[in-house]
Amino acid sequence: MIIKKIVPWLAVLLLLLQTSCDSGQKEASKGEAGSEAGSQKAISIKGSDTMVHLTSSWAEQYMGQHPDAQISVTGGGSGTGIAALLNGTTDICASSREIQGKEKELAAQKKIDLVEYAVARDGLAIIVNPANPVVDLSMEQLRKIFIGEYTNWKDMGGPALPIIVLSRESSSGTFVFFQEHVLKKADYTPKARLLAGTSALVQSVASDKGAIAYVGLAFALEAKATVKMVGVKSADDAAAVMPSDETVRAGHYPVARPLYLYTNGTSSPEAKAFVDFCLSEAGQKIVTETGYISIK
Amino acid sequence: MWKDKAMRLLMLSAASTSIFLVALIFIFLVKEAAPFALKPGLDALFDRQWIPVSFVQERYGILPLVTGSALVTGLSMLFTIPLSVLGAIYIAEIASPVEREILKPFIELLASIPSVVLGFFGLVVLAPLIKSLFGLGTGLSALTGALLLTLMAIPTVITLSEDAIMSVPRAYKDASRALGASDLQTIFQVIIPAALPGIIAAIMLGVGRVVGETMAVLMVTGNSALMTWSPLAPVRTMTATIAAEMGEVSFGSLHYQALFWIGLVLLAVTFLLNIIAQRVLVRYGMMK
Repeated sequence: MIIKKIVPWLAVLLLLLQTSCDSGQKEASKGEAGSEAGSQKAISIKGSDTMVHLTSSWAEQYMGQHPDAQISVTGGGSGTGIAALLNGTTDICASSREIQGKEKELAAQKKIDLVEYAVARDGLAIIVNPANPVVDLSMEQLRKIFIGEYTNWKDMGGPALPIIVLSRESSSGTFVFFQEHVLKKADYTPKARLLAGTSALVQSVASDKGAIAYVGLAFALEAKATVKMVGVKSADDAAAVMPSDETVRAGHYPVARPLYLYTNGTSSPEAKAFVDFCLSEAGQKIVTETGYISIK
Repeated sequence: MWKDKAMRLLMLSAASTSIFLVALIFIFLVKEAAPFALKPGLDALFDRQWIPVSFVQERYGILPLVTGSALVTGLSMLFTIPLSVLGAIYIAEIASPVEREILKPFIELLASIPSVVLGFFGLVVLAPLIKSLFGLGTGLSALTGALLLTLMAIPTVITLSEDAIMSVPRAYKDASRALGASDLQTIFQVIIPAALPGIIAAIMLGVGRVVGETMAVLMVTGNSALMTWSPLAPVRTMTATIAAEMGEVSFGSLHYQALFWIGLVLLAVTFLLNIIAQRVLVRYGMMK
């Protein structure tokens, strides 16, 4: 009886094993054939969630031009990408912030030769709920909101409504960039709600009246229908500037930053070829097409 | 003869694999966490703030995370215990066989819903509900997390409590009835007291399940590392912290070690809960 029950299962198992072996062999033989033809090995890109759009568009186009190339793109945050580069688990790290002193020390210890490429620019849009009448904020006001000094919108001439500060998780490069350049290196208010990912931020801002958050310009433009961008004044008496391609490229919009790719200098010619492509005219055209701002 | 011995050995090793693995995991946690105790010292863990990324001063105080976990767990138990115990009594003592056949599969189904799916439900349905119910700015709060965790703890606690109630000897019930006690009197004055150790153990295991839950709370509690006892405030739990931050840290950094300390604390808590549950059961003769 028992044997009768087991036999079909065994058969299924064997079948599965068989097919998985087969496909394994196929892949292996394909790999060999490829290497004979002098093809490229797989490259992995990991890091900034802000840049995922961009890096995956680059990867797609690049693979279109080089049929042998295999590129995998994953997000997770700039900190995650940098950690992966330092731990040797990725070839290229995409980062929306510069690598910091401590990370450089670690790289030196691990004998990793960091090479930095500024590949695009991005503006950070400050978004609020569409019902919020506030239209612009100064850098100083932003700082005070995010470190928790201002807790009510009436401090900014808005309605009497508690401010709900939303932020990315600390693994995000945007988190660190915002902390460095807007918070002037102060800590975020402990009341800030840390949400995983840009889309969670957009969704919360769209539904919560008192919410404020920062997101990459490309994402803010995409969500224009559900959230409101506010203008930013570089000083209290300066004119408010709305984030846009022109204002970011011209350097008028104060919350803007370069986006980077990092490689381990000694690692692979394949990674170098990919970065060269990103910096080429075709690569920079993709930057503009995906909503970021080209460096040239 | 040697065949018997070989077989015995094989089965023994299969059975003790999990002991070996637990020991291995524990050693690994301690090994990764240990350097933190030397520099900057264990008192850094008792800071009242958790600020792992900072230009001013990184702080690795796990107290707000412990209170966060405690608050969410405590709240969820407030809902779980009455719901599950009453439910278990009904299923074990009052329900007709047909009702039982309907109820039990659904409770088991609840246990099998992946926690990410529950978290998604919490984010889209529960959080807005809590927001409008309490007139809050946002529904991402400890209470929302606690309600989700309740959904996850209920199947565990109901099933185990029901087992405990079922295992009360038939003779107790008959004797109570023979003395003229009503159904309700029998349930609350004879059966429940007799099953209490089992119910307590069930609750302990439910707490263990809730403390260790990650994904759902990460999605709906707001993740602010605040030391608070307000159910409507956002909190950051120990599990959510590990899940959100483990990916970013470089191996061997202080932040990395601090995360392993959180892991150790979690392991210790669940270990302790399990031991207490087992002790209670053994002590009252409900488990040999």
